[in-house]
Amino acid sequence: MDLFEYQARDIFEKHGVPVLAAAIATTADEAEKAATAIGGKVVVKAQVKVGGRGKAGGVKLAENPQDAREKAAAILGMDIKGHTVRTVMIAAAAPIEAEYYLSILLDRSNRTFLVMASVSGGMDIEEVAHTAPEKLAKIPVSAVDGISLAKAQEIVKAAAFPADVADQVAQVLLKLWEVFQSEDATLVEVNPLVKTKDGKVIALDGKVTLDDNAEFRHERESMERDALDPLEAKAKAMDLNYVKLDGEVGIIGNGAGLVMSTLDVVAYAGEKHGKVRPANFLDIGGGASAEVMAAGLDVILNDPQVKSVFVNVFGGITACDAVANGIVGALKTLGDKATKPLVVRLDGNNVLEGRRILADAAHPLVTVVETMDEAADKAAEFANR
Amino acid sequence: MAIFLNENSRIIVQGMTGSEGMKHTRRMLLGGSNIVGGVNPRKAGETVDVEGKQLPVFGTVADAMKETGANVTVIFVPPAFAKAAMIEAIDAEIELAVAITEGIPIHDSAEAWAYNVNKGQKTRLIGPNCPGIISPGKSNAGITPSDITGPGPIGLVSKSGTLTYQMMFELRDIGMSTAIGIGGDPVIGTTHIDALAAFQADPETKAIVLIGEIGGDSEEKAAAYIKANVTKPVVAYVAGFTAPEGKTMGHAGAIVSGSAGTAQAKKEAFEAAGVKVGKTPSETAALMREVIKSL
Repeated sequence: MDLFEYQARDIFEKHGVPVLAAAIATTADEAEKAATAIGGKVVVKAQVKVGGRGKAGGVKLAENPQDAREKAAAILGMDIKGHTVRTVMIAAAAPIEAEYYLSILLDRSNRTFLVMASVSGGMDIEEVAHTAPEKLAKIPVSAVDGISLAKAQEIVKAAAFPADVADQVAQVLLKLWEVFQSEDATLVEVNPLVKTKDGKVIALDGKVTLDDNAEFRHERESMERDALDPLEAKAKAMDLNYVKLDGEVGIIGNGAGLVMSTLDVVAYAGEKHGKVRPANFLDIGGGASAEVMAAGLDVILNDPQVKSVFVNVFGGITACDAVANGIVGALKTLGDKATKPLVVRLDGNNVLEGRRILADAAHPLVTVVETMDEAADKAAEFANR
Repeated sequence: MAIFLNENSRIIVQGMTGSEGMKHTRRMLLGGSNIVGGVNPRKAGETVDVEGKQLPVFGTVADAMKETGANVTVIFVPPAFAKAAMIEAIDAEIELAVAITEGIPIHDSAEAWAYNVNKGQKTRLIGPNCPGIISPGKSNAGITPSDITGPGPIGLVSKSGTLTYQMMFELRDIGMSTAIGIGGDPVIGTTHIDALAAFQADPETKAIVLIGEIGGDSEEKAAAYIKANVTKPVVAYVAGFTAPEGKTMGHAGAIVSGSAGTAQAKKEAFEAAGVKVGKTPSETAALMREVIKSL
């Protein structure tokens, strides 16, 4: 889960990373109150999880609370690259002398953690990494050892931070490691980390990604999340692994790899059938009971864009007869709500019995096809009718 | 021969007494695996009857190894306890640890892996979040159905469980030396390259199928490795061409970020290394058939 800037700021503050006073607002009134409480000049910042908000007009300096009110009114509701601004953060303004960059992330390629640090912060760090890689220090961090004071000092030296901020930056690194580890983050980024005119080092903007697999040991229920697509929200409520895409062929399968593969095979088949595309990713997992199948079909058939459905199951642990019973049961449960053609491909464990169950049920919407490629072709053909 | 797992493998199950552990211990036994015991500190000293076989339960992996001569462990413990289970297996220096558990926090997997590296990698870790490893006709450590295919000359390494099953099924008339599901998490133990190296060295394996998916750079590295080190024919398949950027497709590791980790980049890397890439699983199987015919 990617956090909003204000959530990252709050997590930083909780762990002692130096940040500026700030508050969030969802109305112009609240923005004015927040600016009054903070006092002096403030920055009004759109809370959207997309880069380039400054250029899009989503970050404005306000001279006083009345100005903050006006700036917030202009920014709230703004569309930034498809993201509607629902919240702004009102933060104290700081006179900046220098901008740096710090991040801790998973280096998947080397199966370790990595710190990236640069004294050329503020701008697009990918640009720095590309055009002047020598300005971006990359130091591996062991998941067992973490960042000690000695390690932090090594990083500060490697990135050539000036002597007058070296100790402060090392302390920030220690606190950021605490954030990274204790919050189960996969990315903690501060850009820019600034030196103010009075010599203080402060995290001015931050990005934090938390590991969804670690939710069981954290209290994250109350955190504001992205507004989900209505179908995705419905699927999530039913505990289904569903991703909405832009297409006409609904997909249900078992196993992430097989479902991804199914989307591809449908997209290829669609090239011959009016360029129809897969409408979603939906992995019903190993179980594939009648209830899960019904829930999955229910979500997919509620997608107005869907014209046909492809059920692609390889019976590994799950037996195909159970899957077939699931499909028949699901269609019975859905009754008149099931209106779109279903192409079913079953293979593997107990496949003959599975196909027999579907043949006996002889549901008018169901077509059973033996191979994945032929089934994808059939589903694409139905979607193009 | 096969790789990593064979008829001499003596397998214990960490988490055997749990529902998943028990279900799959039974399946592995019925499939012919030599399961010699289980581990659960709270049930140490007990014996569990599985399909008529009396399986002793030990308090630790080290005890189980000492008493049974086990050299393989399969881990079924829930995500919250999986790191401790992996570290226990690594501490016991068991040859092979197969972590099936899905949903382990990345920090835990990363820590277990770093721990293994610090200890000199005396344990081969497969997974986590994987179906395990099967050497058909010899042994099965994990949740792969034992009866999809018999022994044969093809080695298979895959990030995905169901695509492993699908490919074993497509090529069931030819058969496999070993099929390994390495898992779809961002941090895993055994990589595509580890399996390629072992298949290259295994006289029973004549050709290799590699299945990849979006996310990370394991496939790109594998392509470079094949070009430099693998003389046996390799056929590849990559899933996820239609996956949009920034959305996790089921597996925690299956995500395209920016231009990194796309299926297209992986396909191009394989083709540049002279590896044929199938457009669909069936086409990939057909490519492998041609390879086998030409041997």
